[in-house]
Amino acid sequence: MIPKIESAGPIPFFAKTMKTHPIVAAVLLALAGGLSNQAADWTQFRGPGGDGIAPDTRLPTSLDAGAVAWSVNLPGRGISSPVIVGKRVFVTASSGARQDRLHVLCFNLADGVLLWERQFWATGRTQTHEKISAATPSPASDGQRIYAIFSSNDCAALDLDGNLLWFRGLGRDYPNASNSLGMSSSLVVADGVVVAQVENDSESFTAGLDAKTGLNRWKLDRPKKANWTSPVVMKGTDGKPVLALQSSKGVTGVEPATGKVLWNYDQGASTVPSVTVAGGRLYVPSQGLTVLEPTSDGQAPKQVWRAAQLRPGTPSPVVVGDRVFTLNDGGILSCADVADGKRLWQLRLKGPFSSTPVIASGVLYCVNEKGLIQVVDPAKVTDPAKPESAVTSEFDLGQTIVGTPSIAAGSLFVRSDGKLWRIGRDSAL
Amino acid sequence: MQARGLLAGGFLFLTLGGALQAGVPARLEGPVQVLKAVGPEGKGNAEASAAWKQVASAPLPVLPGLLEAMDGANDYALNWLRSAVESVEERGRKSGGKIPVAAVEEFLRDTRHHPRARRLAYEILQRAEPERARRLLPGFVKDPANELRRDAVQLLVVAAGEKVTGDRAAAVAGYREALGHAREADQIDDLAKKLGELKEKVDLQKVFGWVTRWKMVGPFDNTGGAGFSKAFPPEEKLDVAAEMDGKSGKVRWVDFESKDDYGLIDFNKPFSDLKEVTGYAMAEFWSDTARPVQLRLGCKNGWKVWVNGKLLFGRDEYHRNMEIDQYRLATELKPGRNVLLVKCCQNEQKEDWTKEWEFQLRLTDEQGTPIVSTK
Repeated sequence: MIPKIESAGPIPFFAKTMKTHPIVAAVLLALAGGLSNQAADWTQFRGPGGDGIAPDTRLPTSLDAGAVAWSVNLPGRGISSPVIVGKRVFVTASSGARQDRLHVLCFNLADGVLLWERQFWATGRTQTHEKISAATPSPASDGQRIYAIFSSNDCAALDLDGNLLWFRGLGRDYPNASNSLGMSSSLVVADGVVVAQVENDSESFTAGLDAKTGLNRWKLDRPKKANWTSPVVMKGTDGKPVLALQSSKGVTGVEPATGKVLWNYDQGASTVPSVTVAGGRLYVPSQGLTVLEPTSDGQAPKQVWRAAQLRPGTPSPVVVGDRVFTLNDGGILSCADVADGKRLWQLRLKGPFSSTPVIASGVLYCVNEKGLIQVVDPAKVTDPAKPESAVTSEFDLGQTIVGTPSIAAGSLFVRSDGKLWRIGRDSAL
Repeated sequence: MQARGLLAGGFLFLTLGGALQAGVPARLEGPVQVLKAVGPEGKGNAEASAAWKQVASAPLPVLPGLLEAMDGANDYALNWLRSAVESVEERGRKSGGKIPVAAVEEFLRDTRHHPRARRLAYEILQRAEPERARRLLPGFVKDPANELRRDAVQLLVVAAGEKVTGDRAAAVAGYREALGHAREADQIDDLAKKLGELKEKVDLQKVFGWVTRWKMVGPFDNTGGAGFSKAFPPEEKLDVAAEMDGKSGKVRWVDFESKDDYGLIDFNKPFSDLKEVTGYAMAEFWSDTARPVQLRLGCKNGWKVWVNGKLLFGRDEYHRNMEIDQYRLATELKPGRNVLLVKCCQNEQKEDWTKEWEFQLRLTDEQGTPIVSTK
């Protein structure tokens, strides 16, 4: 399959004039460098599929200091995930006594050199729990632009060279849209709409912002309840994208272009770990873990199974092939069969955990709050009573890590409040 | 409720005579005005995107003019202008251009300019000539730009800290001087702690300037959170002699004075630990003149605030978090007697961390200097 190639910078002269076979054109463009290969990019929280899986990248399964390609200091705090587009790594951070300086940084993928930085002054409230900061929600990209949102509900769109395209102060526009513990819902982009889930106890809504102008395409009233989950985009039964919005009430399917509500699952859901989509099914942190399958008749999705013993903590569930994994805050990793939710084994990792595992080639990379990366290869479990064999490597970064890592270019990208690491090199594969 | 724009921040800084003093080239005046015309809900975004590219491609000598353009800009526009300034500076530095440091310093020294623009000027100076910036920093200890002032105060804190072991009296004097200039709660708290370690007492009530004397009445109902939206008698007519129908009988106003360092007005003290209730607190605040102020409130319950009968803001969030100066509301005092009214709602939660039914309130200027009642 030829990956879709999109420009992340000036189009090379030959691309404007060439009349050649599409495959050759794609290869030429990729060789030109600095370009976005969306299949390999990590465009949002939990990756391009919103499932934590790197689609076509392998990582080293044995990590040590020698695997660190580079690390750079960050100018502020944050637990947002890095976004990788083409040869660039985008990270958000916040600084200042009141965390009201909002940073968007762009680093060179190859060596970590800072290419550009833009700062914004928060227009909304920046108060958060001490564990998190204004740079908690992850940015997102459509391959052409980077969209960054912060706990203050300030949202900026920049092109990949740092040119400001639009700015919204959603916390200023709607001044009761805030959470005194902080906001954390990450952005997603679908059908030319940037979706900002701004759900809280007071002025609670989700907005669809036009990706080109930032104007409201739609604004949907949402349950008045604090909500730290992030939206995911799934393919509907008609093949069109559907936005899954989770809240304390359940999950709502929404048409991203219009904000039209398509369906509702109303049996409640967690407000911390987020729904995961895999194989057309929704793995919802609801009464343990509930798996739903959307129907084509506009009715509520059909329940496939529910497993009360699979209860994710802060990390969201992940699905790897025919296995679903949940991780609680203490570090108990549960593995179950996706067919029926039957638990197959449990593994006690070294916790505590806030970040969601990410996956490459079926291997889970789990980073605990102490900065310890634990590499878990479920294929190594031959005896369910002895799952410890799944842990193939541990590597201690020595700093508090709360955010979920990202994967691209044969590397794991991990950030703390003060540092960004690229772990792994293409040559290591 | 008139909510938009009430959370204090931008919109408060007036233009300097309405003119760009250092100015930008004529070709950029239009684009700069387009950036300054952006507003709520994305107003002007489409036009600003094109104008931004023109402004951001300006040469380095235009930097002071762009900084000056921030005077009078609203908070949305400030961000458009800031990022354009960053782009100009970044491109200029990468191409080996020369930052117009003298003009940037002149801009920085002029306290009539927007505080945020001046801080940005300081940081540009820091990157261009760090020593030049360092020499200026101690002079900002009384500066209206809080970020500059904070860093200058911190210099005093560090200097005093270095004297603790050898010259206690000098250290105390240094900390006291820093405390006199500090305006941000965490810096004040840090200094109070340092002075406490030297057995020095700090009157935190006075430093923060809390409003401590109130009349309180309650409980009214808040079953299911419905009390937040319901106007109980104190909202209809403020009569401190009145007897009213409360949640479980007749209620009357009672006097309450906070002795707490952080000025907590605790409804649980006069009314005991109650759930699903609403209380009101009223205070008189006397001012010699008409003046703009910030009403700074900390509260983890549902709340509404009125000044002289005008509703400033309200928020129905419960038990998420509370901090000093959590909400900053722009308002005005009139000469003579002013009346502050706070509505504070408690919800149904039973956990230990949901017992609080309280708030703290002070009036300050824009920098956080306390304004106290003259009577």
